Amino acid sequence: MAETIQLEVTRYAPEADAEPRVQTFEAPYRPDWVVLDALNYVKDKLDGSLSYRWSCRMGICGSCGMMVNGEPKLTCATFLADYAPKPIRVEPLRYFPVVHDLVIEMSDFLRKLEGVKPWIIRKEEKLIREGEYLQTPEQLDAYKQFSMCINCMLCYAACPVYGLDPLFTGPAAIALAQRYNMDSRDQGAAERMGILSQHDGIWGCTFVGECTKVCPKNVDPAGAIQQYKLSAAKEWFRSLLMPWGAR
Amino acid sequence: MNSGEMRGAPVYTEFHPRWYRKRVSTYWWLWKWSYLRFVLREISSVFVAWFVMVVLALIAGLSRGPEAYSAWQEWMRHPAVIAVNGVSFFFVLVHAVTWFNLAPRAMVMRVGGKGLPDAVIAGANYLAWAIVSAILGWLVLRAG
Repeated sequence: MAETIQLEVTRYAPEADAEPRVQTFEAPYRPDWVVLDALNYVKDKLDGSLSYRWSCRMGICGSCGMMVNGEPKLTCATFLADYAPKPIRVEPLRYFPVVHDLVIEMSDFLRKLEGVKPWIIRKEEKLIREGEYLQTPEQLDAYKQFSMCINCMLCYAACPVYGLDPLFTGPAAIALAQRYNMDSRDQGAAERMGILSQHDGIWGCTFVGECTKVCPKNVDPAGAIQQYKLSAAKEWFRSLLMPWGAR
Repeated sequence: MNSGEMRGAPVYTEFHPRWYRKRVSTYWWLWKWSYLRFVLREISSVFVAWFVMVVLALIAGLSRGPEAYSAWQEWMRHPAVIAVNGVSFFFVLVHAVTWFNLAPRAMVMRVGGKGLPDAVIAGANYLAWAIVSAILGWLVLRAG
C-alpha cells in the first residue's frame, strides 16, 4: 500500500460510553482527497459503525461540518494534503451536544433559526396577477453576501459566546435575519427587531469575530450582527427622541 | 445527571436523551491567539475606565481649590501611578485602534449603489480622531 495518513476520530456510543473516546484509523493518503473522503474510506473498509453526516461533498449542503485539528471545517473542503504527514484529529462540532461519534444535535440551532423569521414578511401580500416584487441589482447586492449561508453551523462552533451561553441566538441565525432585513422586498424588520434586540439576541455578541473567519461562504456574520446593533441603537434613539413616531 | 451537562441549557429533543455535552473550560481564551487578543481588547475597557477616574479626580481637585489640585498633581507624580498610566495608555491605544479597525464591519456606507471600501471608512474614523486630538491638544497646550 502506498502512503497512509492517520485519522484520530472521536467515537461516542451513548449506550456504551460514559464520554467520548478517540480511535485512530489508517487511511490511504492521496493529495486530492479531503477529510470526508478519508472518513468514507474508514466507513467503507474499516469500521462501518462510524457515524457522521455528509451529503453533497461540494460545500453546498452544509452537513459535513466537524472540528479538524480543533478548527471548525467543512470536511468536504478540507484537504488531507494541508495536514499530511501528521495525523488529523477529527471531532464533532464544538459546543453542540454529541449524539453519536461525529454527529451533533442541532435542533437548538434550527429552533433559533426559525425564531428569527428568515423569510420575506409583507404587511400586505400582493395579488399574483399584480406581478412579482421587482428588485434592482443594487438592491440584490445589499444582502446577497448574507444569503450565501448554508446553515453548516461552523460559526456556532467558532463562537465562544455560544459555548458559554447556549441561549445566545448565534451568528448564522442573526446574519440570516439581517439578510431579510436588508432585502428591499421585505417589511418584517420591526418584527425581527423585537426578537433580536433582546439580551440573548444581538447584544449577546461581544464581537470576537471568529464566526466570520471560519465561514466557508464568506458570509461575515460578525459584520451582520454589528450592523444590526447599529440599527437597533438608532431605532432606540429615535424612539427616545420621537416617542410619538410610530414605526 | 452527567457532569458535562450545563445548567440553563436549552431543551433538546427526546430522541437522544443521552447526548454528551462538554463544559467549556474557564481558560477557553487561551486556546487561540485570536481569542486572547479578543479578551485583551475587552480588558482594555478597564483601563479606559481608569482614565475616566483620573479625569474625575482632576476635576474634583480643581473644584476644591489649589491645595486639592496640587495633591492630585503630587499623586500623579507617584511612580506607581505613572506606571499604571503607562500601561493604561497602551491599552487605551489598543482599544481605540481595534475599535476603528472594526468600524467598517458595522458601518456599511453606500454611495451611488456601491459600498465604500473599508479603508475609506476606517480612514475617516482615524482622521476624525486625529482632528479631535489636535483640537484638544491645542486647547490644553495653549493654556500651558
